[in-house]
This record gives sequence, structure tokens and C-alpha cells, in this order.
Amino acid sequence: MTIIVIAIIAVLLLFFFLAYNGLVTARVRISEASSQIDVQLKRRTDLIPNLVETVKGYAKHEKDVFENVTKARASLMSADTTKQKAQANDFLSNTLKSLFAVAENYPDLKASQNFSELQEELSDTENKIAYARQFYNSNVMDYNTKLQKVPTNFIASMFHFQPAEFFAVDEKDKEPVKVQF
Amino acid sequence: MNIYSAISANIWKSYLIIALFVLFAGTIAYIFGRATGYGPSIGVGIFIFSIVYSFISYFYSDKIVLATSGAQEIQKKDNPELFRIVENLALGDGIPMPRVYIINDPSPNAFATGRDPKHAAVAATTGILDKLNKSELEGVLAHEFSHVKNYDTRLMAITAVLVGFISLITNMFMNTLFWGGFRNDEDRDSRAQLIFFVIAIILAILAPIIATLIQLAVSRKRELLADASGALLTRYPEGLASALEKISSDPKPLRTANNATAHLFIVNPFKGQGFSSWISNLFSTHPPLEERIKILRSM
Repeated sequence: MTIIVIAIIAVLLLFFFLAYNGLVTARVRISEASSQIDVQLKRRTDLIPNLVETVKGYAKHEKDVFENVTKARASLMSADTTKQKAQANDFLSNTLKSLFAVAENYPDLKASQNFSELQEELSDTENKIAYARQFYNSNVMDYNTKLQKVPTNFIASMFHFQPAEFFAVDEKDKEPVKVQF
Repeated sequence: MNIYSAISANIWKSYLIIALFVLFAGTIAYIFGRATGYGPSIGVGIFIFSIVYSFISYFYSDKIVLATSGAQEIQKKDNPELFRIVENLALGDGIPMPRVYIINDPSPNAFATGRDPKHAAVAATTGILDKLNKSELEGVLAHEFSHVKNYDTRLMAITAVLVGFISLITNMFMNTLFWGGFRNDEDRDSRAQLIFFVIAIILAILAPIIATLIQLAVSRKRELLADASGALLTRYPEGLASALEKISSDPKPLRTANNATAHLFIVNPFKGQGFSSWISNLFSTHPPLEERIKILRSM
């Protein structure tokens, strides 16, 4: 009889350890993936001042555009949570779009080698952010699924494992694109 | 089967294959030893050699495969576009950046190798780089990355080297047979030697076939799985589908591929020419391209 009790306790303990460690591993994977995104976001913000200076050299009068880009860059650098980062990054993408649209009006700028190199670097960084985000989100999905599934969910709630945030912009937070003529 | 159970199944399979191989090579060596009259001592020699060989294949199979394919390692400045695609996919799959190789050959093809994601390498021919656009190349490389991530590359590279070894010792036996390098052991029963001789001939014929069957068992299903998880990575199955279409319409076979490395490539490197390709279609390492394209288009 005691053997059976001991065996049951042993099995429960084993399950407990496995489930707990599984949750911890999944959480570590998320923070690893998140730091990959940060590396790429940092690279993106580092490219911006150079880009702004280059464009300024050819198109001095487009002050609004420069201000918007600089503001977006600052808000991305000060962003803390995943959601804020996703939003700031999205905002920066929009302002950069208008910057490149403005650049279309300056043939000398478009012909400049420095500018086209920066443009290529930026679009490469954007691709990398997209891939890093995909990896991060699939890790978040694995972890959040674990949190909800029986019986891991008991251990998750016992030790206060919080669900992780996706790197995504909520539809309602998206600013409508203003078109000005 | 989800991706994590596929990974652990692959890791176990590679150990199993090494064990089976050592056993198989030992048996063959013993029988050849008896048949040629050199006795069991040569069998023991080959058995020990096969163990050493397995270790070498585990740690160096990727380098052997890359060297026999004539692949040259490149840096970012040599081909920034290719390098960037590889960087992006490594980010998306969450694995370290693999080494990048180019094979100077007009036949469009690509493969990945390495015993784990930390020691991985991807290789593409100049033909495939010329022929495909960016999203197609991305599809092909994503397929190769799935092989790396699932540990297919370890299993496949080990198999490639071990299959090569089995053909090597059967060839050795056949050469001895041809040049008459046999010893008549007076002390022993010459009838027994005759029996071993007959078994050895049968084995010499069967061994390469058995080795090929092992190779096939690990290859065909892997391709479909890699197609699917590659498409999951790029979120664009059409890229790989149209790449496969372009590759299949190209008639040039890859010169540096051989029977031992054929199953590593994204498509069968022999294409449709002559008797050897008839054989390799019979024992195909890859599912038919039309079927792969159809599955990708339905995703």
C-alpha cells in the first residue's frame, strides 16, 4: 500500500518538474527571440540619423517629414513593452514611407549612391525585423498554448506564469493614414 | 507528428543507423575475409576501421560532402543578396547563421549539411542563383533550413558517408576477385571457403542495394516535411513551387553529385538521362516534383 502511495507521489512530482521546466524553457525562448528583435530594431534606429542627414542635403524644405521621422525614432527608442515597440516600429515605417515618397521628387537624391545604399540597408533591416518577429510570435504562441492546456495550466497559475504579448499592432491602435495634397 | 518529435526521432535514427552500419560492415568484412582466404583477422581489421570511420563521419561528414561537391565558402561581400536571405531565414528559424557555399555548376540545385544547427552549411549552385528570383531562392533556402532545423542534415550526411563506405568495401572485394588476389588456406576446410565465397558474391551484389534502401528510408518523407516547414517559414509556398518548376524544366545534371550525395540535394541531381537515371528513379531519393508542386500550391 505504501509503495503505491510513494509511486503515485513520485509520478506526480516527476510530472510537476517536467511541466514546470517546460514552461521555464518556453519563457526563456521568448526572451531570446525578443532580444533578436531588439537587435534589429536598434540597427534600424541607428540607420535613421544618417538617412535624415542625407535627405536633408538635397531636400532642405521638407521639415515636417524630418520631424515626424525623428519623433518616431525617439518613440521607438524609448519604447518598453513589446506592444509599445510594435506600435512605435509601425509608426516609424509609416513616416519612412512618406520620407521615401518625398525623395521621389528629388532626382539628384535618388541618384546618390549613399542614399540608395541606406535605402537597401533599411529594407534589409525591415525584412529581418519581419523574420525575427515571426520567430518571436511562434514562440509566444507555443508558450501561451502551454499556459492554457490541461494540466500544465494548474502549475502555470500556481506559479503565476503570465501570458506573453505578441509582437503585433492592434487594429484599433493603428492610426488612419492621412493623405495630404 | 509535430516538429519537436520529428527532431528527436531524427536524432535517435542517426544513432541507430550508425549502430546498424557498424554491425552490417562487420558482417560483410567477416564474410569477405573468409571468402578471400585472409581469414577473420582482416574482418576484425575492417570492423575496427568501420567504427573509426563512423566517428569520422559523425564529425566530418559535412566537410566531406562539401568537398566532394566542389563547394566554395563565400563571405557577405561575395554575394550580399544570397547572404542576406540566409541571414533572414536564420533569424526566422531562430538558429545561428550557417556558413554559405557556392558550387560552380550551371545545373540549378542546392543542399544543406551539418551535424546540428550550430555546425550547419548551405550550398547553392551558380545555376540556381542565376535562374531564380529572390522569393524563389528564399523558398528553396527555407526548405534547406528546415533540413538543418529538423536534424535531417545530420542523418543524411552520415548516411551519405556510410553508404559510400559500403560501396568502397564491396568494390575492394570485387577488385580482389577480378585480379585474383586470393589465398588458398591449406590448413582450413576449402569447402567452407567456397561457401563463404558464394555468400560474399551475393553480398557484393546486395550490399549496395541494401545501403541504398537505408538511404531512401530516411530521405523521401523528409523532403515533403521540409517543403511544408519551409513554406511555414517564408509564408509563401508559391516561391518554392515556382522554383521547383523552374529547376525541373532545366535538363542539365549536376556533375559533382554522386550516388552517395544525391539525396542531399533539393531535387534529384541526375535528371532524366540514361540507364543510371532509370535506376535512380526506381530507387528515387525524392518524391516526384509534380506531386511536391501540387502539394505546395494547395497550401
